[in-house]
Amino acid sequence: MTAASASRSLSTKGKPEVVLRLTGITKRFGPLLANDAISLTLHAGEVLALLGENGAGKTTLMNILFGHYVAEQGTIEVFGRPLPPGSPHAALEAGIGMVHQHFTLADNLSVLDNVAVGTESLWRLRSDRRASRTRLLELAQRFGLDVRPDALVADLSVGERQRVEILKALYRDARILILDEPTAVLTPQEAAGLFETLGRLTADGLAIVFISHKMNEVFAASDTVAVLRAGKLVATHATNSTDRAKLAELMVGRTVTPPAPLPLLAGDPVLDLSRVTVVSGHGQPLLDAVDLTVCRHQVVGIAGVSGNGQTALAELVSGLSAPDSGRVTIKGVGVERADPKAMVHRGVARIPEDRHSAGLVGAMTVWENLIGERYRDRAFSRFGILRRSAARTYAREVIKDFDVRCPGPDARTQLLSGGNMQKLILGRTLAYRPDLILASQPTRGLDIGAVSYVHGRLLEARAAGAGVLLISEDLDEILALADRIAVIHQARLTPLLPNGHVSIGQLGLLMAGHWDILPEILDAA
Amino acid sequence: MRLEPRADSPLSLQLIAPLGAIAAALALCAVLVAWTGAPVLRAYGLLIEGALGSRFALTETLTRATPLILTGLAAAVAFRAKLWNIGAEGQLYMGALTAVILGGGMIDLPAGLLVPLVMLAAMAVGGATLLGPAVLKVRFGVDEVVTTLLLNFVVLLLVSMLLEGPLKDPMGMGWPQSAPVISAAELPKLIARTRLHAGLAIAVGLAILLWLIDTRTIWGYENRAVGANPRAAAFAGMPVTWIMLRTALLSGGLAGLAGAAEVCGLKGYLTLDLSPGFGYSGIVVAMLAQLHPLGVVGAAVFIAAIFVGADAMSRAMPIPNYIADVMVSTSLLCMLVAGLLVRYRLRRG
Repeated sequence: MTAASASRSLSTKGKPEVVLRLTGITKRFGPLLANDAISLTLHAGEVLALLGENGAGKTTLMNILFGHYVAEQGTIEVFGRPLPPGSPHAALEAGIGMVHQHFTLADNLSVLDNVAVGTESLWRLRSDRRASRTRLLELAQRFGLDVRPDALVADLSVGERQRVEILKALYRDARILILDEPTAVLTPQEAAGLFETLGRLTADGLAIVFISHKMNEVFAASDTVAVLRAGKLVATHATNSTDRAKLAELMVGRTVTPPAPLPLLAGDPVLDLSRVTVVSGHGQPLLDAVDLTVCRHQVVGIAGVSGNGQTALAELVSGLSAPDSGRVTIKGVGVERADPKAMVHRGVARIPEDRHSAGLVGAMTVWENLIGERYRDRAFSRFGILRRSAARTYAREVIKDFDVRCPGPDARTQLLSGGNMQKLILGRTLAYRPDLILASQPTRGLDIGAVSYVHGRLLEARAAGAGVLLISEDLDEILALADRIAVIHQARLTPLLPNGHVSIGQLGLLMAGHWDILPEILDAA
Repeated sequence: MRLEPRADSPLSLQLIAPLGAIAAALALCAVLVAWTGAPVLRAYGLLIEGALGSRFALTETLTRATPLILTGLAAAVAFRAKLWNIGAEGQLYMGALTAVILGGGMIDLPAGLLVPLVMLAAMAVGGATLLGPAVLKVRFGVDEVVTTLLLNFVVLLLVSMLLEGPLKDPMGMGWPQSAPVISAAELPKLIARTRLHAGLAIAVGLAILLWLIDTRTIWGYENRAVGANPRAAAFAGMPVTWIMLRTALLSGGLAGLAGAAEVCGLKGYLTLDLSPGFGYSGIVVAMLAQLHPLGVVGAAVFIAAIFVGADAMSRAMPIPNYIADVMVSTSLLCMLVAGLLVRYRLRRG
């Protein structure tokens, strides 16, 4: 960043300079109108939140801006100059940096190499590593982006990787930064750190476009919010002049009422963990003497910062692993060994944390995925031969019952949106009236409509007599659904705390490991 | 110019793509043919005539295609499960070795029993050859590309040792070749006075069988799930390790069968030049067929036709017969581009 360009973006008069102007951007994919005559302006020092449901056209619009796609109509002006379409190179030159939702870093290179790669001429024989390092460290310090230049990217946490991505853009003199769903992969703490960084960047005169479908982030980070729905720009507001309910309605196009749990008496226990310990291959405890009971008509929420043992707990209840010591009981019968199929047949509905990589086979069709856990049942195969028409008929029913938006049972699963994939998984498991539901991050990355749908289905199952083990990093979700809450920290689990007798602040302290407040909460309850 | 993913690829496009790729390859190679000074159309005419133009030509092409179908299936089956079996050549020789040992007079059975026994044994040995690398892969994560490729050389040296030693034909006038299999172990001819043998029927039958298994049975269903996303397959409760191992057994078995069929159907005995790289060509066949079992049959016949036709062409014209290698390679490259165009559309600007 040179002094000249810094002063260019900070206007001398009161009103900040317009750095980016999109006019009438229109883009079609076949019959789908992904962007319909969208016009936007962005000022220096401004954070613009681009809010919209999955498939509303947010990412398409930013991909056009960054030159990945070419719009059929419309123009883009950056710092008053027209941007040639279809060239990421030109976008970079013009000072646009993009941090993609799925990071584009080379795992086997160091942070410094990742940042510097592509900025040096290939004709130069020696790269000036020392200058690159100085520049990287200077940028890191100025914007509070703490990184270790020599660490391998493979060894970094997700939050650190994101900092590297941002530095990569800053290193290339970006004055306009596009962040695509930047918090989707972050913990709440990391997200808070990101928002702090954004503050420092805008103080320096950068303009930021922030793609999101999460309401609280919009209020936490943005100055202006633009709402997209079905490819159209439906509204642009100053963030402080609007409210959540209004934005939600704009985004979805109708009023959304979040489902609320009915008061119900807990029934018999369906899942019981007693002194359960799971140890990793390196001898580290993943679960340490955990006690937990989930009863019928009950939602038990497990809160915690990611990486504290949630995955081990989910794998245990999914049947992917067995305890090293202690006892796991499902409906009174002990679990002896890791066997996912046996769990399914005992009435455990499993909603995996990662629906893309563990939940579904994207290359296969909807009907093939729907019978994934039960293809050996007599309903779907006889003597090793698939009953394809029976499976398709079943798939059509699930598609209808669970409102999965897809062309039909023979559609490829990878073409479905995230929300519809999750509905598919819900359909696959809930159609069998399970006794226990393991829901691991069930609404991560989903838009409001889909979130309230998933919540509604879980509460319906609870009313019908299922016990629900809800593992989530989203505290709002746990507080909205759970009857009882336990906090997981460093492989240990607190006793179950009744929801309503514990505050967000207390949960936060427990999540950070301050368990000395436990007696106080338990006494009050 | 840029590529954009297509939301869906119509079936017609998927069928036209390979034909377009072959046409493009022939057009590209026409430049080379013209370079030699030969008339292009006449050269291609001779090539087609030499491959398909007579009863003799046609049966020669199909004879050549037989081992290619089997090694092509071996590669397709393994690649679909993301098991990168580059060792079909070695597995083929292990199958051939089994055939000359069991079929060399050691067991005296009527042909109706001996032929199936020899074929099944060759499949078992071929499968076992791939089982080692597969176990190393699923158990310790050892890269099977390296192990299967290197095993090819181990197998060839083993065969060489045996042909110079215990298996050497005493009547072979000192050549490193095995004694011929007895007549009860020979595969019957499909057409009299040609070299075309029952191996072709077995190979085509297996291709159809594999296609049916793939689309209609829970075995095929499991195979496809594990090939596309092993993590999701394991989460759903599929026995992923067993599925990988049985895929390895099948893939190696198909390559082993190719070797036994060459010995019992065509050559009669084993030499070190039994296979002019059928194991490796099988990979090309499988890629041309986009790993589809029925496509493998077509791709194998196409490649066999090019080789047989190029031989005939080079006898009549001053074009070296290694133009066949160039044509096959160009076809594969064109096929890869065509595959890309099936999945993406080309946009200007």
